[in-house]
This record gives sequence, C-alpha cells and structure tokens, in this order.
Amino acid sequence: MTYQLKLRSGITAFALVAGLIAAPTFAFEPSQTECIAPANAGGGWDFTCRQVGKTMQDLAIVPGTMQVTNMAGGGGGVAFAEVVSKRSEDNNLIIAASTATATRLATNAFPGNTMDQVRWVGAVGADYGIIAVAKDSAINTLPELLAQIKADPTSISVAGGSAVGGWDHLKVLIAAEKSGITDLRSIKYVAFDGGGEAVTQLLAGSVEAFTGDASEAKGFVDSGDIKVIAVLSPERMPGDFASFPTAREQGIDAIGANWRGFYAPGGMSDEAFAFWQEAVTKVYSSDEWKGVMTQNGLAPIEVSAAEFQGFVEDSIASIQKISREIGLIQ
Amino acid sequence: MDSFANLMHGFDVAITFQNIGLALIGCFLGTIIGALPGLGPSNGVAILLPLAFSLGLDATPALILLTSVYYGAMYGGRISSILLNIPGDEPALMTTLDGYPMARAGRAGEALALSGIASFVGAFFATIGLAILAPQLVKVALLFGPAEYFALFALAFATLGGISSTNQAKSAWAAAFGLGIAMIGVDGQTGVPRFAFEQIHLYDGIDFLVAIVGLFALSEVLIFLEHSGGRSAKALAAQTNKSQIAIGRPVASFALLKFCTPAIARSTVIGFLAGVLPGAGASLGSFLAYATEKQVSNGGDTFGKGDPRGVAAPEAGNNAAAGGALVPMLALGVPGSGTTAVLLAVLLALNVTPGPLLFTNSPDIVWGLIAALFIANVMLLLLNLPLVGLFARVLLIPAKYLMPLVAMVSFVGIYGVSGSTFDLLVMVLFGVIGWVLRKLDIPLVPIIMGILLGNLMEANLRRAMTISNGDWSALYGSYLSIGLWIFAIVGFFLPVFVGRKIKNKMHAKTVSDKTTGS
Repeated sequence: MTYQLKLRSGITAFALVAGLIAAPTFAFEPSQTECIAPANAGGGWDFTCRQVGKTMQDLAIVPGTMQVTNMAGGGGGVAFAEVVSKRSEDNNLIIAASTATATRLATNAFPGNTMDQVRWVGAVGADYGIIAVAKDSAINTLPELLAQIKADPTSISVAGGSAVGGWDHLKVLIAAEKSGITDLRSIKYVAFDGGGEAVTQLLAGSVEAFTGDASEAKGFVDSGDIKVIAVLSPERMPGDFASFPTAREQGIDAIGANWRGFYAPGGMSDEAFAFWQEAVTKVYSSDEWKGVMTQNGLAPIEVSAAEFQGFVEDSIASIQKISREIGLIQ
Repeated sequence: MDSFANLMHGFDVAITFQNIGLALIGCFLGTIIGALPGLGPSNGVAILLPLAFSLGLDATPALILLTSVYYGAMYGGRISSILLNIPGDEPALMTTLDGYPMARAGRAGEALALSGIASFVGAFFATIGLAILAPQLVKVALLFGPAEYFALFALAFATLGGISSTNQAKSAWAAAFGLGIAMIGVDGQTGVPRFAFEQIHLYDGIDFLVAIVGLFALSEVLIFLEHSGGRSAKALAAQTNKSQIAIGRPVASFALLKFCTPAIARSTVIGFLAGVLPGAGASLGSFLAYATEKQVSNGGDTFGKGDPRGVAAPEAGNNAAAGGALVPMLALGVPGSGTTAVLLAVLLALNVTPGPLLFTNSPDIVWGLIAALFIANVMLLLLNLPLVGLFARVLLIPAKYLMPLVAMVSFVGIYGVSGSTFDLLVMVLFGVIGWVLRKLDIPLVPIIMGILLGNLMEANLRRAMTISNGDWSALYGSYLSIGLWIFAIVGFFLPVFVGRKIKNKMHAKTVSDKTTGS
C-alpha cells in the first residue's frame, strides 16, 4: 500500500516517452490479442477487459480487436490455473485481475498457485473502499462506529458483497485494526451476493453498516439514502465523493484500494511483456481512459508498471498478515 | 397521468426505424436462444453484448436490442419444454410438467399457442407494473431482510412435495438431493470450500444450467439410446408414428383461453412480485405460480398430466417475473437475476448509474426502455403465434435425427457458456444420474429447485443468524415472515389432506364406474 502516493508525474513522463517511441521499434508484434476475464460477463473483470480492450483498439495499440474470453470459476482460480498450466508461453494474452485476485492468492484460495507463476503487468485504476451507514443512523463518523463495535461487537452487523475473508470484509478489518481493536474475529460481517444486495439490506434496516467500493454505492450516495462515514483513500476523492472525509482525516490510517489491472503468462517473452507494460501505461494515461474512469467511479492509482510486481507482493503480504489474525489462514 | 405522459415520450424515443429493426432482431435471436437447451436469457444477453458495443450503439438502442433478447428468451424457453420435455432455460422448468404431457396427447400446437399468449399477458402487465409502480415497489423489496427471504424459500420448499409427483417421498428425496448438490462450493459465510475435493472448478459450485441440461436433455438421449438398442424396430416405428400425428391445431381456442384466464391473472401477479424481490427471480416466480394454481384448482390431480392451466400459469409467471426483475435493477441497481446482472453491466458501461435517482436523472433511457419492452412484447406475440405450427413440426423429426441434435446442442451450449471441459464431464454425469432417476420414477424438477434455491435459502438463514447473534426467534420476528411461515405450513399440509380426499373420491368413482359398467 506504500506505493500509492508515488509517482503520478513519473507515469506521465514514462507515457510521454512511450508515446515518442513508435510501436514498430518493438521486437514483439502483437497479433490476435486476447484478454481473459476470469468471471462471467457483467462483472468487474469483464468490464476491465472490455473497456481496456476497446481503448487499446481506439488508440491503435493492438491490431484489430482484442478478443475477450470469459473464463469463470473459483473466483478467478480456474483462469489462473489454465494460464499457468496451458497458456504459459502465450505472448498475446493478458488476464484481468484486481485486489480480489491478490486476496485469493494471499489466502491460498487458488490451490497450488502462487503469484510468481505469472507476470504482473500493471494497473489501470483503483476503486477505493467506503464504509457507510443508513441516512438516519445515529452514527456519524468512523471512530464512532468502531467505538461501538469495540464496546459491543454484537450490536453492529456490517454487510458487504464479498465472502468472509474477501476484500469487502478485509477493508473493515483493516480499519478496525488501525483503530486498536484487537479481537478482529468478534466483528460481525454478513456476506451478500455483491455490493448491490448489501446496500439494499442497509436500506432495509437489516444491518447497521456497509462496506464496499465507491463505485458500488454511487447511486445511493447521489440520492442521499446512505451516509458515507469514511472513504479509504489516501486523500479526498475527486467528484461526487469529495464531500466525504477519508479515514485518515479521522485519525484512522486505513487505506483500501481495489486496484484493477492485469497479469500475463509466466513464460511470456521479455519483449512481449515490455510491450504489454507499455500498452497498459498508454491506456492509463490516455484521455479516453480518463473519461472511462470518471464515468465509472474509478480513481487514479499511483503505481507504475515497473513497480507493479512489488506492489502486488506488498498487498499480498499485508492481506496475509490480517488473514492470519482472524484465523482464516495458518 | 405523469407516467402516461412519460411513457408516450418513451415511445417517441423508442420508435425509430433502427430501433424497431433492432427489436425484431433481438426478439428473433432471443426466441432461438431461449429454445436451445443450455442457452438461457443471461448467456444470450452476454453473447450479444459485444455485438451491441461493436456496432457502436447508443444507450437506448443497445438496451432495446438486449432487452428484446431478454424477453425473447423468456418466450423461447417454453418451446423445448413443451415439445421435448427439455427446459430451454431454468425459468421454463415448470412448463415441462404439463406442457410435455399436452404435446404427448397431441395438443402441442395448442400448448405452444396458449403459452405464447400467457407469456404475452404476463410480460404486458409486468411492464405496466414496472412503468407505474417501480419507485413504490422498491419499498416491497426493502421489506425483505434475510429472515424474510429464508421464510420465502422455505415456503417454496414446503410446496415442492405437492408439485411434481404422486409419490411425496420421492419428491422429498429429490429435493434433498438437489439441496445436497447446492452445498458444493465455497461457503460465502466462512470462505471455506465444501465438497470441492481441491478441485478449483467446484469452488463456485455446480452451475444449475449444467445440471438442467444433463438431467433433462442428456438423460432423454440416453433413454432413447437404450430403447432403440433394445426394442424391436416395430415398436420404434409405432412410437414415431404416434408422435407424427401429435401436433394438433396451432391455435388456442377462445374457450381454452377463458378457462385459463384466472390462472394467468393470478400467475402474473405472483410472478411479478417474485421478480421484484432481488435474488428470487423468474424461476421462483414460475414455480410459485404453478404451485398456487395446483392448490386453488378444483380436483388438482389433472396437473402434471397435461392440464392447460399448468402450462399457462408458469409461462405467465416467469414472463411477469422477467418484467418485475427490472424494478430492483433500475431503481436499486441490484440485479435480481443473472440476466439483469448483465443488463446492469450494460447500463454502467453506457454511463448510466442505476439507483434511486435513475428515473429522474435519465428519463429518456428509462422510459425509452419501458416503451421498448412493450414493443418487444407485441412483436414477440406476433412472431410467435404464426410460428407455432413451424415449431411444432420439431415433433415430426424422427428421434434418430433429433436426439443426436439435442446432444450436440447440449455440448456446444454448455461449452460455449463456460468454456470448460470440466463442466461437460459434470453434465454427462448428470445425464447418467437423470437416466437412473427416471427409471426409478423420481421427479427431476425438485432436484433443480433444490440446486437453484438451496444456496439462497442457506445463505439467508445464516445471514439472519449472524445478525441476530444466533437467536432463532429472529426468523419469525416480523409480520411478513410470520405470514410467509403460515403460507408455508398450509402449503405443506394442504396437499396431504386434500390429496387424500381426492384420492378417496377418485377411488369411489372408479369403483362406481366399474359397478355401473358391468
């Protein structure tokens, strides 16, 4: 998580240089490119593949269209295993990934697979976490919520869209840990099928708090049905969420960025890998992509392609630490 | 009146040459996709998604194309249910129960026409409901917390026994088997894989589509193989001849429609409400519609043997649910089904944020969409009724050509959706299981209902328990849940008593028939 503050200008400079070097100078010529979305159509990974693929097409980074393949199963594990075992040499393939991928790798939820079996290309944006309560709730700030959890953990149910041990759950735990709650297991987390259902249950009054991504809650924030008590970003987000305080401002140093990016097969050639790193960087710094990000509530993520491998390592390590504390892994 | 003016505006937006053309294409493709086993509305929409994007369509035309596919698939699912006893998609499951017997009795044309009209009525009134009531209906969805959902699914299971078989023990066993299959996969409330045997393919559980295609389509093929190998050619020829005459008139008579009107009306309401609840959806809608009709009809033992009401009810129910499912999607941004999840992604990709403000912020899109639904629905009726005769001709295809085709479509369909050979193996396994269970006369519908609803039931029970800190009384803590429990208890015990009464009556009747006859 330490990489987030770095190098906004670095990326821009890198992209400028990249723009000057014409594509044909690469030894690697992409053809029939493919992006695997490790989930069914309609989810976040599918969105990442399709939108980035479309932008690469529009910017003429790849020839023709980029094919999107949906390979659902095992929370991305089926696609990961397939890439490691069968497509390891494929130079024309990238696979959509996010914090959820890192979380599952960290908790050994992909049996027999580890992060160093693939090459991590880069990130194209982040969806920062939020913690919210119903609009008529007596709770107004994150410290108030955490204090009540600390006093009586049974009185607060927190709803989120991921399974127990998944990213939505971990965000609450990160905030709780930073506020000094030691018994993380006592926190009541209720898993729903997706952020939408979880928000609905907050509105219905079944649960007291909601943890999710900013993009999931946007519609309800606009209508004023929910009260965002903390945004888990390093500084205030631009746009609709600008009026909500970060956790940091409230003295709780918790940051939860659901990054979206790509990995590539482990046996990809260095030339091809360099091509894809550049391609993702070009997309990220393009005006087209900035438009897509604002439309979809994605925030910039300050990590360059060169740093991405280390960034994923760091986030896996920190997720493992907290998962051990709640006893999810040994 | 406000809604009416808005709707007129919506028609202004929707009626262009391009949009009507897209709706026609969408309806046609949707019907085909729905009719093919393995391909349902959600895959249909997902498959056509790139097409909508690559054509560079604006928000409204793209939505018109995709919702036409959605409604079309809901229509199309019934075709293979009625003709082949193979549900084209999961909401059409209940239609097999009476649709196939009707086709066997030489009334295939009638069944198709009737179900087409029932589909139209269900979808038409659901769309009206969506147009007028969407913002208010959201409040209904908000009445349902985990405890209420659990009671609702318990209600569905309580009425399952009376549905599909005369032998309640076999139904119960089948439902339990389905529930058992539903337990496979990562448990969301603890994050621990269950019965997955370190197989990453099983982490997401068994896809009910794979189970449906295996249990219904492949087992049909296996039964055919067994019979064609063992029986004499003469018997086979007789069988083929029998089906050759069995098309019937491709229209539904006025008397038949009148007979089914109350069933259609009730089913539309039930289906629509089931659709409005996120997470319940079209399958529950058609199931509850069928269960209700079976209960309220006099002499319920005609159900399951080709009762036209048993065809009309689930079709009105699932099409109404399809319209209802758009309510939470548009007004809450919560997908109530796989299909609406894909549609939601389309909306997001088109820079439309669903949620409480959608109706005020993007009236053009919402009302254009609703107008498009009306257009698609009328188009589907016009497209479907004349084609009934053509569809019914599927029955004329000799089984030796039809069955390989069914097998091929099953394999291609499942592989096309999941891209995984593992799923194909699971499908074949289900085919064998289905073949064995058919020989044992164990109904297949409760198995699918168990798989479909088992996960939801369990997840909601455990959510309710987590929230209440393990206090069971939370399960009957609201008037709504108490009401649902009462329905569940009545639904469970009524068939036991009524069924016995009918059996006694029937017995008395046969005895008296015999005495007068001799």
